[in-house]
Amino acid sequence: MNYRDGFRRMEAAGHFRRRLADHGRQLAREGRVVRLMEVCGSHTMAIARYAIRDFLPAGIRLVSGPGCPVCVTDPGYLDAAIELADRGVIVSTFGDMVRVPGSRSTLAQARAEGGRVEVCYSPMSALELARNHPASEVVFLAVGFETTVAPVIAMLDAAVSQGIGNLSLLTAFKRIPPALAALISDPGIRIDGLLCPAHVSAIIGADAYLPFAETHGVACVVAGFEPLDILLGLDGLLQQYLSGKARVDNQYARVVKPGGNRQALALMDRYLLPGDASWRGLGTIPASALNLRPEFSRFDAGNRHGLILQPGRLNPGCLCGEILKGKLAPEECPLFGGACHPDRPLGPCMVSSEGNCAAAFRYGGKVGMASGVCA
Amino acid sequence: MKGRILLGHGGGGRLSHELVETEILPRFGAGPLQSLPDAATLTLGGRRFCFSTDSFVVQPLEFPGGNIGDLAVHGTVNDLAVAGSRPRFLSLALILEEGLPLATLGRILDAVKRGADACGVTIATGDTKVVRRGQCDGLYINTAGIGEVIEEFSLGFAGVIPGDAILVSGPIGDHGAAILAAREGFRIDRGPVSDSRPVHRLVEAIAPLAAGVRFMRDPTRGGVATVLNEMALGHHFGLRIRENDLPHSPGTRALAEMLGLDLLHVASEGCLLLLCARELADPILERWRTFPEGRQAQVIGEVTDQAGRVVLETAIGGLRLVDLPSGELLPRIC
Ligand code: SF4
Repeated sequence: MNYRDGFRRMEAAGHFRRRLADHGRQLAREGRVVRLMEVCGSHTMAIARYAIRDFLPAGIRLVSGPGCPVCVTDPGYLDAAIELADRGVIVSTFGDMVRVPGSRSTLAQARAEGGRVEVCYSPMSALELARNHPASEVVFLAVGFETTVAPVIAMLDAAVSQGIGNLSLLTAFKRIPPALAALISDPGIRIDGLLCPAHVSAIIGADAYLPFAETHGVACVVAGFEPLDILLGLDGLLQQYLSGKARVDNQYARVVKPGGNRQALALMDRYLLPGDASWRGLGTIPASALNLRPEFSRFDAGNRHGLILQPGRLNPGCLCGEILKGKLAPEECPLFGGACHPDRPLGPCMVSSEGNCAAAFRYGGKVGMASGVCA
Repeated sequence: MKGRILLGHGGGGRLSHELVETEILPRFGAGPLQSLPDAATLTLGGRRFCFSTDSFVVQPLEFPGGNIGDLAVHGTVNDLAVAGSRPRFLSLALILEEGLPLATLGRILDAVKRGADACGVTIATGDTKVVRRGQCDGLYINTAGIGEVIEEFSLGFAGVIPGDAILVSGPIGDHGAAILAAREGFRIDRGPVSDSRPVHRLVEAIAPLAAGVRFMRDPTRGGVATVLNEMALGHHFGLRIRENDLPHSPGTRALAEMLGLDLLHVASEGCLLLLCARELADPILERWRTFPEGRQAQVIGEVTDQAGRVVLETAIGGLRLVDLPSGELLPRIC
């Protein structure tokens, strides 16, 4: 970064620091505390990485939501992936999944014992793997929210049109809006504002949040991931909250359209159908999964390899579930930093680079300090 | 230790440290290896010299900015240089896989030769082994090296005081980013290029100022974050760096942002990180900037009195800890 750039960024950040402090004083005068939730793991990480909680006065609480896809994936899913690797299938996955504990083991252990687990940064690598190993079966671990679903389905579409026959998906796709609806209607949880992720919103559209603002009076701002975007987003949420008028503010209108990315949605719709999903910590949420349509079942790894997905066994001491709901801060887990740390993770929140516990551990306990969305 | 070796054990982060502490140090930690230097300073017949070794398993063998051959020279030359020595002799051991094209080997050996000539080191001894197809991935190289101690340097943490300056000689993370981009086949316009290059001239150039230089290291595996933590851990001081002052290349930055990598965790192979008395910062920068490899040198932070703590002032002025990377950020990077 050149110096002048950095200088301007610092100046703008200073401006937001003062604005947030003003909001904090108003909240203090009115004796109120506002509870904001960042929905998505990319925001969680950026907030930790840029130390954005440093900017928040006492009356503004920022809690992390369930938006880390690895964290909400059931351990039974990992068990199935490990079984595939043990059976000699080439398992292609994003790096985060490799160390997530299943019921008994991890993909990293399966690999050390001879399993073929290939880490990739883009779903297209799985297609490449399948093409280069025509005699092997390749399974891509299709875990993620709408942002990830779109490129994975684009990859599947390419596989279909190229007639690639040895590639399938083990899907655990999840949809953000049903999870938010479940959180917001939980009487044990109070959320005054949602910092909505730009990339997910670019797919689903800003209108997806309208019910939260209109029916539940929850302030919504769609914000980007640069630190200044996040500060602007928080400022926007505070303005809505203090004015008492909740709406959906789209600060990313250049990329995020009200109706989303129609082309991507159409492609997703061609291959996928909503279904119920079990979320770690949140339980079963209706219509929150995206499963392959029956006519594409040959690309469904579960089907193709005769896997029976069973609910896995969680480490009983792990409080990920409570943390994913924003009810507890990572530091409140007795295992945090002791028995559980990023190299010996007991729960997924400590593994994923977007996990709440990992963010809190890495960046010095600033993450999640302001916890407790419980009203 | 139960279990098996995981890829993460080679990542240079916390798992690697644990492996060394539980398996290596209890057996070999009584001698010069105790402080785990990248190069040992030894005395033989009254003369002091530095001795170092490094193995190279990078994949792909050839990448933007270099190949495994020049990397194998620069890696050992840099380990010797940052220990305060003048690299003189290298050994070269090759493990070749059956089927490796001779043309590839030729290009790699040419790079070894060019690298050695540019660094003024002599390849003094070597070895070649061939293994069956599938038993190694193309080619592995080990180099060991000997350097003459530059007597002006007296490196050590005892004299470190708050206010001392932290300098880097160039953009960080270029090597790791280039390897990652090459391996994953990302086609990025003006994407990352490895900084595989020697830093010995930068060391030599500051010999006249050596009395105020406390510590030098090249931030390879595990990146700047790992070196900073190793410096502060268990010592009487802490470190504070500023994100806005970290030099970086645009292509590397673009890739890191795309993948959510922390540049502080990504390896360099031609970068020098240095701790010195505050008043030496400017004279050192001045000397470094006369070399192409030091043109973007910067002061990135300073020593604090908060023992063991490494903190970063973020791009927007927040303050956070700088942690070690965990697990397999990037296996087989060098
Ligand atoms: S610290 Fe570890 S055990 Fe505790 S909630 Fe987080 S991931 Fe689970």
